[in-house]
Amino acid sequence: MLLTIRALAKSFPGPDGPVPVLRGVDLDLDAGQTLALTGESGSGKSTLLHLVGGLDAADGGTIHLGGVAVTGLDDRGRARLRRDTVGVIFQQFNLIAALDIATNIAFQARLAGRPDPARAAALAERLGLTPHLAKFPEALSGGQQQRVAIARTLAARPALILADEPTGNLDEATADTVLALMLDLVAEAGAALLMVTHSQRLAARLDRRVALSQGRLA
Amino acid sequence: MNRAVFAALSGHWRRHPLQAFTLIAGLALATALWSGVQAINAEARASYDAAAATLGEGRYDQLIMADGGPIPMALYVALRRAGWLVSPVVDGQLGDVRLVGIDPMTAPAGMGPVRLGQGADIAAFLSETGQIFARADVLATLPATGAALVASPDLAPGTAIADLALAQRLLGRTGQVSRLIVLPQQPLRQTALAQVAPGLTLRAAQGTDIGRLTDSFHLNLTAFGLLSFAVGIFIVQGAVGLAFEQRRGLVRTLRALGLPLRRLLMLMAAELLALALVAGVLGVALGYLIAAALLPDVAATIRGLYGAQVAGTLALRPGWLASGLAIAVLGAGLAGVGALGRIARAPLLDSGQGGAGIARAARVARWQARAAGAMIAGAGTLALTGQGLIAGFGMLALLLIGGALALPPILAWLLRRAAGLARGPVAQWIWADARAGLPGLSLALMALLLAMAANIGVATMVSSFRLTFTAFLDQRLASELYVQTADAAQAAAVLATVTPLVDAVLPLMSVVRTVAGQPAEVFAARDHATYRQNWQFLAAVPGVWDLLAQGQGALVNEQLSRRGGLALGDMVAVADGSRLPVIGIYGDYGNPAGQVILTESLFVRLFPTVIPLRFGLRLDPAAVPVLRQTLIASGLPASQIINQKALKQFSLQVFERTFAVTAALNVLTLAVAGFALLMSLLTLGTMRLPALAPVWAMGMTQAALGRIELLRNLMLAGLTCVLALPLGLALAWALLTVVNVAAFGWQLPVHLFPLDYLRLGALALLAATLAAAWPAWRLARTAPAALTRVFADER
Repeated sequence: MLLTIRALAKSFPGPDGPVPVLRGVDLDLDAGQTLALTGESGSGKSTLLHLVGGLDAADGGTIHLGGVAVTGLDDRGRARLRRDTVGVIFQQFNLIAALDIATNIAFQARLAGRPDPARAAALAERLGLTPHLAKFPEALSGGQQQRVAIARTLAARPALILADEPTGNLDEATADTVLALMLDLVAEAGAALLMVTHSQRLAARLDRRVALSQGRLA
Repeated sequence: MNRAVFAALSGHWRRHPLQAFTLIAGLALATALWSGVQAINAEARASYDAAAATLGEGRYDQLIMADGGPIPMALYVALRRAGWLVSPVVDGQLGDVRLVGIDPMTAPAGMGPVRLGQGADIAAFLSETGQIFARADVLATLPATGAALVASPDLAPGTAIADLALAQRLLGRTGQVSRLIVLPQQPLRQTALAQVAPGLTLRAAQGTDIGRLTDSFHLNLTAFGLLSFAVGIFIVQGAVGLAFEQRRGLVRTLRALGLPLRRLLMLMAAELLALALVAGVLGVALGYLIAAALLPDVAATIRGLYGAQVAGTLALRPGWLASGLAIAVLGAGLAGVGALGRIARAPLLDSGQGGAGIARAARVARWQARAAGAMIAGAGTLALTGQGLIAGFGMLALLLIGGALALPPILAWLLRRAAGLARGPVAQWIWADARAGLPGLSLALMALLLAMAANIGVATMVSSFRLTFTAFLDQRLASELYVQTADAAQAAAVLATVTPLVDAVLPLMSVVRTVAGQPAEVFAARDHATYRQNWQFLAAVPGVWDLLAQGQGALVNEQLSRRGGLALGDMVAVADGSRLPVIGIYGDYGNPAGQVILTESLFVRLFPTVIPLRFGLRLDPAAVPVLRQTLIASGLPASQIINQKALKQFSLQVFERTFAVTAALNVLTLAVAGFALLMSLLTLGTMRLPALAPVWAMGMTQAALGRIELLRNLMLAGLTCVLALPLGLALAWALLTVVNVAAFGWQLPVHLFPLDYLRLGALALLAATLAAAWPAWRLARTAPAALTRVFADER
């Protein structure tokens, strides 16, 4: 099992005391498997993704990723996890505005010590980004920026890809195209994918789907 | 409607209190430094005006003895009898107070204590016991004289006025006057001056004499005030620009809801005006404190340099208060006009997203580079062709603004080159990110550049001046002791006493003449090794001392050479029928007037009536105290014996106080620049999160990002410091070789002080470290939730 989550809990401070967001979530994900996480706004989908990706620390429960207890890691350990094991694709793309597209695509792989210019070039080609490699993110459309974010994550060859509403900012046709490409490339890479989405239509295209409601798996 | 819109607009400041603080503090600091300098200038000018109004100084032609000595009353009487309408004035020190004696019956209308002219009791003024008019603080320092004391707040500071007879008695100058004021209306027929009083010379009215002399000093202060104001305005510009940029969404919403653009702009301008008035009041109060702290030094400087009295305490003047508020409003207007213009031009649905784009930054950088090039070229043209003080300061302004505008494009170019050389992904990102973040920091860095350049420039000028001045004092004050005698009899007695006890006696004689169309003092120099060994020339013909000793030429100081357009070999008329070639030009630092030196024998032949009353005495320095005692024992007052060492010490003291004000303004300007950097980094701290969060998400720790932020900002500050060096040296060159010549008439050699620059650079980096450390520490301590929020927020 690549990912094992048990009794995961997380609260955020509110005006009247802590507000629980996750209330004991259990979840498993095999290597190479794709899983859609759905649920209404505020159900805790993004929080779960952030905890798995080491972007935030849980209040209770355990997360094991590739045999590593994520919940026991300190700041430095979580940074290593983000760099070496996980790749995150955000709804807002979150490209590095100061770097050109070619450097953005290669960035995480180089940061993880796994530079592979040939793979970065091949991904750019597959995602239709080759003509834009010398441009800066601000010059690209939303769909193009999301392709760059996907290429950046896949170029780093992470074991687990976490995608938070990766097509949420795109129109339906573009979203379909981008998701199809992403699923193909994830399958080729043999990585697991945990994707948060509101869309049941898109969720249906993944291997499994689970729904979160009020901090628990429905 | 206005109230609702105001509430919506002002909500921004409640949500961003740091930005509001930056804007108000920046504007208050800018106003404080500017209005502080203006308060000092206003106080000094009021003092000059009071002196001109009450003493008639500079307003009327005056008769003085050609040798600078006292005028016997008999000569005054002779002139009156010959039809000359002149009024006698005696002038001297009574303790620490300048006592001026006037004759109210013959003085020009309006001269003298104001109350006397307004129907005061003239009989009491002229009575046996008499009256002394002065400001209350001056009266308090007067020794007991028996005269009635009358407080008169309109009189010049440090000065008291009494009837001529009373003043003569108190000053021990019975039967003597210092000068005769020539009334503007004279009879058509009168005997020629040369016939009645051949020893007198006419000094033409010089307008506001002290005002003219001190203008350059005040212009210097004003230039510094303006520079500090500009540095402060950089802070305001940054805060206003950011606040307006961040409110683009609100502007879009308000306009979409039907608020007319004109009304919106008016309300935003009114909001800015309200903030400017708050900052203006704070700034004026702070400026008053700065001026009050600096005024004693300024007063001492002006007294030391020009002999003019300036009140040491500050008065609150309504005009100054109004100008302080006006400059705050002007500053806010300057800072806000661009931002308001952008809002006025923006389409209704403009999101402002492209505002900080790399392409826009590149366009701005190109514009800045072109403007900087044009301004620096303009400064160069003025340096080659411009003349006068205004051209000099114009050149400085163009140089500084051009240099500041050139900074962001130069930094961007350097960072691009560095990014090209970087190998690792993190290094590449750091350089590229620094370049992308440059537009947000450029105003603060420009402020730092200006402050650093001003510090380097002024430190170079002051230190060069100090080196030259010290050497100059050693050269000019070679005699171990200087004595001043009251008349020919005392001079003869002193000579008889000292001649057997000293190695040499060097008489000091001078007359006031017009030479090459300029007022100048013609001095006599005895042919002695003291001059030959110590004097340095800026230019001289071979064998200059021998030619001078033979009476075959004259030496002129640099001031006269420049103002009169005199070069070596040019002929000058130093006396009627006597023309001599200029054989040497010497530096004469600190002296505002022209000077000519002739050999003693020629001087005596040309001006036979001049009797030497001052002498330089050469002797073994160890024997100075004994000789001094001998002279005092022989009846010469101690105040007329001046020790060379004390004189040098006094001169250096005057020098140090002169630049104490400049140094204080320098430190304040650097502090304002440090504040600008801190505020920019703090304000940008939260805006930096979107640029940093993706890198954090890809595996960098917050601590590492905090360290990188600190290093990035230090690197930018360090590069700015390095670039400030050539700009500062160019500034020093301009101050020493252009502005100084225009202001004072002499040029100083430029010396370099690398250790001082290193110390200054270290100080600036320390300030930058302190400014950058807090935002970096805050970043390292930011909760992960704040970073993950970046991924969800619309940006």
